[in-house]
Amino acid sequence: MTIRPGTDGDVPVTASTNADLGAPAQTPPSPDKGMFGVKGTGDVSGFGRLVRPRPAVFDSPRPYGGYFDDVYDALEEAYPAFSEAIEKVVVDRAELTLHIRPERITDVCQVMRDDESLRFELCSSVDAVDYLGSDERRFHISYQLTSMTYRRRVRLEVSVADAVPVPSVTGVYPTADWQEREIYDMFGVVFPGHPNLTRILMPDDWEGHPQRKDYPLGGVPVEYKGAEIPPPDQRRVYQ
Amino acid sequence: MTTSEYASARETTEGRVFTVTGGDWDSVTSSIDPLSNEKIVVNMGPQHPSTHGVLRLVLELEGETVTEARPVVGYLHTGIEKNLEYRTWTQGVTFVTRMDYLANMSNETAYCLAVEKLLGITDQITERTQTIRVMFMELQRIASHLVWLATTGMELGAISMMLYGFREREYILDIFEETSGLRMNNGYIRPGGLAQDLPDSAVKKIRDFLVYLPKKLKEYEAMLSGQVIWQKRTQGVAVLDVTGCLALGITGPVLRSAGLPWDLRKTMPYCGYETYEFDVPTATTGDVWGRYLVRLAEIKESLKIVEQALDRLRPGPIWVADKKIAWPAQLALGVDGLGNSLEHVAKIMGQSMESLIHHFKLVTEGFRVPPGQVYVAVEHPRGELGVHAVSDGGTHPYRVHYREPSFVNLQAIPAMAEGALLADVIAGGASLDPVMGGCDR
Repeated sequence: MTIRPGTDGDVPVTASTNADLGAPAQTPPSPDKGMFGVKGTGDVSGFGRLVRPRPAVFDSPRPYGGYFDDVYDALEEAYPAFSEAIEKVVVDRAELTLHIRPERITDVCQVMRDDESLRFELCSSVDAVDYLGSDERRFHISYQLTSMTYRRRVRLEVSVADAVPVPSVTGVYPTADWQEREIYDMFGVVFPGHPNLTRILMPDDWEGHPQRKDYPLGGVPVEYKGAEIPPPDQRRVYQ
Repeated sequence: MTTSEYASARETTEGRVFTVTGGDWDSVTSSIDPLSNEKIVVNMGPQHPSTHGVLRLVLELEGETVTEARPVVGYLHTGIEKNLEYRTWTQGVTFVTRMDYLANMSNETAYCLAVEKLLGITDQITERTQTIRVMFMELQRIASHLVWLATTGMELGAISMMLYGFREREYILDIFEETSGLRMNNGYIRPGGLAQDLPDSAVKKIRDFLVYLPKKLKEYEAMLSGQVIWQKRTQGVAVLDVTGCLALGITGPVLRSAGLPWDLRKTMPYCGYETYEFDVPTATTGDVWGRYLVRLAEIKESLKIVEQALDRLRPGPIWVADKKIAWPAQLALGVDGLGNSLEHVAKIMGQSMESLIHHFKLVTEGFRVPPGQVYVAVEHPRGELGVHAVSDGGTHPYRVHYREPSFVNLQAIPAMAEGALLADVIAGGASLDPVMGGCDR
């Protein structure tokens, strides 16, 4: 879980300050000093250097319990390419997660919305998680679907490697428009088929994607009234 | 045309483009050739009193008709979700309460419900804590709807309503202050319990408020509902039907104003809402008027819930029994305000080294949350507030994502505004009740 700032070329931590702007001296950051001159990771818990093994996610055995079996069976019946679209089925903490192959996500959403035994009319949320260091497919995109007819919730999950596109579901759920833009903005995942995939929360000319795990917190210089203060990890240390 | 001091013009390949800096519209519009330049692009916001914070609308106008509307958000982005990953699970409450600053209690509860579900302690939350959470969420809903009534009144010309709405809301903020010490951004609801118990003085204030508000609500209804200007500005304006709402993911009062009684407190209950008696108000018009009626009725329903919650409030513990999660503080009122009780401090400092270590570790390092992910949704004053929380087994969240109703609902602005008049953009946007702190996070 150790996150070192400035390891990815994508991240603007090494913004060059070309002149002396009155900011503290631009001493190169010491490799073992973190933010604000803290030694180590800056994590005060004492567990900062522990490397946590990432638990593997396993297929849950049937029966899944509750309405989960109904949803699974209904999708299997309604969607002919079911077996090749589903990678994994996970039931955890009373929530059903269907892991879908990225290229199939639009079709699966279409069936989930339209089939009368499924009827997931509302796409509640679309968001991403960066599992950096787990395997090649670090970005997991979750679609939280809600069936108002049956009062059910299901999560679809798609995992992709960096720079691999995920088909947009805006054709099925127009509400995913801004949420996919946010994922593009924060993680850099591209959604072909999206009508207007631009940044939404960060400024248009921002470099890097802030919610990636290799993007540091506070790793950009602070600009104020023309002067530029370097990011905390590059400031002079008083000790 | 003479370039006025308010609007400098420059020629582009698309025609003449004006930069309007304020004031005199006559000098701008009179200089435009009515035959060749019919379209005006107006940049409304981000600093505009009637866009509810820093929302920017880029409007393409033909005369007074909006042909294209594009909402631009992100001006209040503060990276709360990123910051959460660098703090303990308990500290996260301090961040999430600052997202939607008109619905702090709902933000906090949703977050805590997610953490508790990850921990698997959902059914260990004490009765008293559940009741206080429900009561505060409903008071928060009333406060939020009052602010909606206030700001919308102001935007549509009913300035008195703004003063009254904010005045009434202050009573609720007083109750929150009495309990948590803060008017807003309370940080009151914590994973596993509450920051401190509800004092008797706050109970009395809530009782008084339950008597006070219904009388005032009647006055506001009398002031607005029968008023011709209010009716003309709201009826048939910014209509969005159920199909449109579902396609765009719109929930909350906007969806209910279109006729679908979808309220998570009824359809997917949490915090024991299924044990309270209340109705889900709906309208069938799907316009601003319908949303006004729904919100007014919701205030009354919330008052009912608060009353029932007060009646079933019994003394008891507010923290879960598990000492590995429950906050170790034994709070007491001291001469210098709220703090740890002297007895507790004397005990952990003088008698029990283990208690001190435990206290220190739990506060600085935090508790561990088993790996996994959950999605928890609550009925926020603006719609479905969803929290997608992911843990990797550590003391910090691995990722927390907020499905903010303000963010999702703002997507409806083009659907409501295009083809309508410019003045109705204000009414339609206001009826969505967006809070930009929540939208941009």
